Amino acid sequence: MKIVVCIKQVPAKDAPLAITDANWIRETDIGFEMNEPDSYALEEALRLKEKHTGEVIAVSMGPERVKQTIKEALAKGADRGVHIADDKAHTLDPLGAAKSLAAAIGREKPDLVLTGLQSEDQGFGQTGVLLAELLGLPHATIIMQIDAQDGGLRVKRELEAGWFQWVELPLPAMLTIQSGINKVRYATLKGIMAAKKKEIATITRESLGVTHEPTQRIERIYVPTKTKKTEFLTGTPKEAAAKLIEKLKHEARVI
Amino acid sequence: MNILLITEQRDAQWNKTSFETLAAAQQMAAETKSRLAAVVIGKGVAALAGELAATKLDEVLLVEHDLLSAYTPDGYTIALKQVVAQAKPDLVLLPHTYQVRDFAPKLAASLGKGMIGDCVGYRHENGKLIFVRQMFQGKTAADVVFEGAAPWFATFQAGAFRADLVAKGSSNAPVTPISVELKPEQIRTKPLELFREAKQAVDLTQAPILVAVGRGIKAPENIPLAEKLAKLLGGELAASRPICDEGWLPMDRQIGSSGQTVAPKLYLAIGISGAIQHVVGMKGSRTIVAINKDQNAPIFEVADYGIVGDLFEIVPALNEALEKK
Repeated sequence: MKIVVCIKQVPAKDAPLAITDANWIRETDIGFEMNEPDSYALEEALRLKEKHTGEVIAVSMGPERVKQTIKEALAKGADRGVHIADDKAHTLDPLGAAKSLAAAIGREKPDLVLTGLQSEDQGFGQTGVLLAELLGLPHATIIMQIDAQDGGLRVKRELEAGWFQWVELPLPAMLTIQSGINKVRYATLKGIMAAKKKEIATITRESLGVTHEPTQRIERIYVPTKTKKTEFLTGTPKEAAAKLIEKLKHEARVI
Repeated sequence: MNILLITEQRDAQWNKTSFETLAAAQQMAAETKSRLAAVVIGKGVAALAGELAATKLDEVLLVEHDLLSAYTPDGYTIALKQVVAQAKPDLVLLPHTYQVRDFAPKLAASLGKGMIGDCVGYRHENGKLIFVRQMFQGKTAADVVFEGAAPWFATFQAGAFRADLVAKGSSNAPVTPISVELKPEQIRTKPLELFREAKQAVDLTQAPILVAVGRGIKAPENIPLAEKLAKLLGGELAASRPICDEGWLPMDRQIGSSGQTVAPKLYLAIGISGAIQHVVGMKGSRTIVAINKDQNAPIFEVADYGIVGDLFEIVPALNEALEKK
């Protein structure tokens, strides 16, 4: 099975975010990591390959730094990487980003395309479904189990409030993966060494020849206004704890 | 302007977030002097269309077909594309449900259009609609506007608007059946039965007090710390998704969009940053306490009381103080 897995590089979870005038965040001095939902998609791709043989291709779009995330995927076991280079990738709207990814992925003619269900930075949650439409593939989203069967797939789709549904679909197909579907592996030293010999093909986004008129524009990003006024309790841990118990007993009257 | 709301049902039962988005659509239609129509899509759902017609809107569009009895992304996209072509809306609004996430971006893209997803609100300023959504897991908000020609697509997050604010109509709106063409071979995925995993061992929706842990708890061996606090308060232990993904607590302890939605009288969020997916499941709680080392954590946006600090110092102090009593 030839599997393309889309991985995005996002600011590290604990990175302090400073908003810039360009409606983005200051990227200097912060760490970046693989978007966590995508790490589950990568793991699922590696497991499918180990079970059914095939090839896993990690695709990521963004500036030079995203190569580090592709290398991490290679160290975990992906066979090769494709870097769609664009310093301004974060300014693309969901459809523009998906068109660019689709142009690069389409060349690979994969049997299966996987992504995480959403990114931890922009959080559009649309890329996978848009890729399916643009590549003409059937799709299923928020997947918690994948079984390959008779040239197709049987997948467990998560619904809301604890419900699930099995869905059958033919290959080639596109799936978005829910976090928690598997236990993500760590890269081994051997994997890290092996990754050094693996290929990362860099294509500029421009060279893909994608034409796109933006469908939406971010006017401003800002720290959200609070919906509630939080009363902060200060002091030593012991003092803060005592104040909290006092408040819960006599002000909120909930304990 | 023409606004079209697409509602959601399964087996002729409403997905209640449809009415939250209806409340948003009614408000928006009033502010922009727009015409509002709403779609009911499925099979055997005429009664739902009748129910919807009693609310304040201009028309209900009833879209029924044998191939729409079970949801599929292909079936819904092909059918709704025909509905959009007939109704010619400028703006299509949908609730941001798992099902909508599965087809709405595809529907918009099949028309060459874009979608602003998971909005928490909107503003109507100087004749322009500005949609507000969250980014960076709720740490920032963004004002987003549409570009290019209509139709535009937008979805509203669960809990962003109040379903109890839906206005009744002065008279019933007309229900117009819309016929759509759909062939079995156009539907590439085959939906099978719906099911729930092994019976839920705890029903957190009934607990008056919940102590919920997030990533900040760091390791499974630290969970008893929070468990003890829950016990001392007479409450139940709950968790954010990552904790259940790691297997540190069973999935039936999970609060949020993929877990349970709760509204206890007291909710203590310990080491939970407050990503949108978690907050939608607990923001209706009467009193919310957040303990987090990051004073900018979005959880503080919904908290009544906050303690900024190390949970490994604060929780033991709470346990000690409660034990004394």
